[in-house]
Amino acid sequence: MIQIVTIARKELKDYFISPIAYIVIAIFLLLVGWFFFATFFLVGQTNMRNFFSLLPAIFSFVIPAVTMRLFSEELNIGSYEILLTLPVTFNDIIIGKFLAGFLFIGAVLLSTLSYPLIIAGLGDLAWGPVIGGYLGAMLLGGAFTAVGIFASSLTRNQIIAFIVGTMICFGLTLLNNMLFLFPGVLLKTVAYFGATTHFENIAKGIIDSRDILYFVSIMVVGLFGANLAMQEKN
Amino acid sequence: MIHVENLSKYYGDFCAVDQISFDIEKGEIVGLLGPNGAGKTTTLRMLTGYFKPTSGLIHIKDYSIEDSALQIKRLIGYLPESAPLYHNMLVYDYLQFIADIRGLDKEKSRGRIMELVDLCSLNQIMHRSIGELSKGLNQRVGLAHAMMDDPEILVLDEPTSGLDPNQIVEIRDIIKEIGKEKTVILSTHILSEAEATCDRLVIINKGKIVADDTTRALKQRANEEYTLHVSFKGAPLTEVEDALSQVNGIKRIKQAETDEKQMLHLKLTCFSDHDIRGEVYSTIRKTEWELMEFYRETESLENIFRELTTEV
Repeated sequence: MIQIVTIARKELKDYFISPIAYIVIAIFLLLVGWFFFATFFLVGQTNMRNFFSLLPAIFSFVIPAVTMRLFSEELNIGSYEILLTLPVTFNDIIIGKFLAGFLFIGAVLLSTLSYPLIIAGLGDLAWGPVIGGYLGAMLLGGAFTAVGIFASSLTRNQIIAFIVGTMICFGLTLLNNMLFLFPGVLLKTVAYFGATTHFENIAKGIIDSRDILYFVSIMVVGLFGANLAMQEKN
Repeated sequence: MIHVENLSKYYGDFCAVDQISFDIEKGEIVGLLGPNGAGKTTTLRMLTGYFKPTSGLIHIKDYSIEDSALQIKRLIGYLPESAPLYHNMLVYDYLQFIADIRGLDKEKSRGRIMELVDLCSLNQIMHRSIGELSKGLNQRVGLAHAMMDDPEILVLDEPTSGLDPNQIVEIRDIIKEIGKEKTVILSTHILSEAEATCDRLVIINKGKIVADDTTRALKQRANEEYTLHVSFKGAPLTEVEDALSQVNGIKRIKQAETDEKQMLHLKLTCFSDHDIRGEVYSTIRKTEWELMEFYRETESLENIFRELTTEV
């Protein structure tokens, strides 16, 4: 347990002592802020539905950018060998790194909390969907973090890790819009794998165990994949 | 303390380590010697649990690496080749991180870090980023890292590679100091280093152990003959040769180059089964020659190393 916390703390500190964290937060706020507020006053509704609907697409490349270094950098500089010969298990390492990525996404989301506060000042804001939205965003963030960690564990090249991670996350995001490509028999199954509908359900304020289960399964599968990739390496 | 039996490692079809077995007792400093690509690093990586052996057994104390890798990792402090530490961290933060992950409590870890800072003389660089350090300093931080938990076994992979002569001596002294109480395994391809630091040498070539003995025994085995150096002034070569040929046990007399004028430097190759220094000296004393130098060459391991690790 102490090993998990130590690893998570180190990785989180690494984000904030290097410029990565600030660059990622700035880019994220710029994109989300522009796309959201560009139409916000035209639509003239005091809710955050448009904000949340942006998140899957933007997270698809912001999160792999955050997670790409978690394993690839260690593999590249060789510190992976040091980490693995310390008294820690594979799962300590994976969960520690996952927690760091997850908390970092939490910090990114925290920086958007000014939006609901501003909007609440402009008119009547229904807080239920906002809270649901943030809960969904954390689940989505966790799932994509796990996918990004899996991609990072595959290669020592951070760019490849980023591209692989983005492709999987973007695939999950777009799946619900591409259902017309699949034969009717498979529709229900394929639709289940899409991240967007599950996310939107929660973002509407409907907390359904099926949606939560979906995100938790993605996390488990992603982290398990990373574990397999680690075992493959020795 | 460490028991290795029929250990093998294959990378695909390539056999890096082939059925090696050895035992290491507590308190030994063992050098793992071999040419590049002999399997030294692979062996150490298996011992430290970084690589899984393809087959074979590793037992450390009562633990086997298969069932209790975690306990074994706790017993071992490991410095990988070229010390790939986290280069974006400060030295102090890095050592603190290692202390935390090894489960040292706050108070103990502070004391321990200060001890290691003294031992490896890191005082000046505690607040510098590891990526900025020179190779030698980086290696010293690596040593401190390996010793953090005061481990019973210290495994060092080429601890002095890429260092300048002063740094090599420093690191060697540190290793000897630690070796008084701990079991140390180090790999190297520098013979003089192994000779200077290790009690016992295991020489591997192409994944197989070709020699495993104490440093002293290996040295003796290497030298069936030894060399005596004598230098004179005011002695003509032929006369000296004549005089010395009376002495029993000299195999060959050869003139060696010398920088000083009028100096005659001879190398006498002798059979090691008898010591002829006394006889040589009494022969010289009877003459008028000025004796400038007279010493027996320290035996080197190079011969045996070459013999064992090159194809005939």
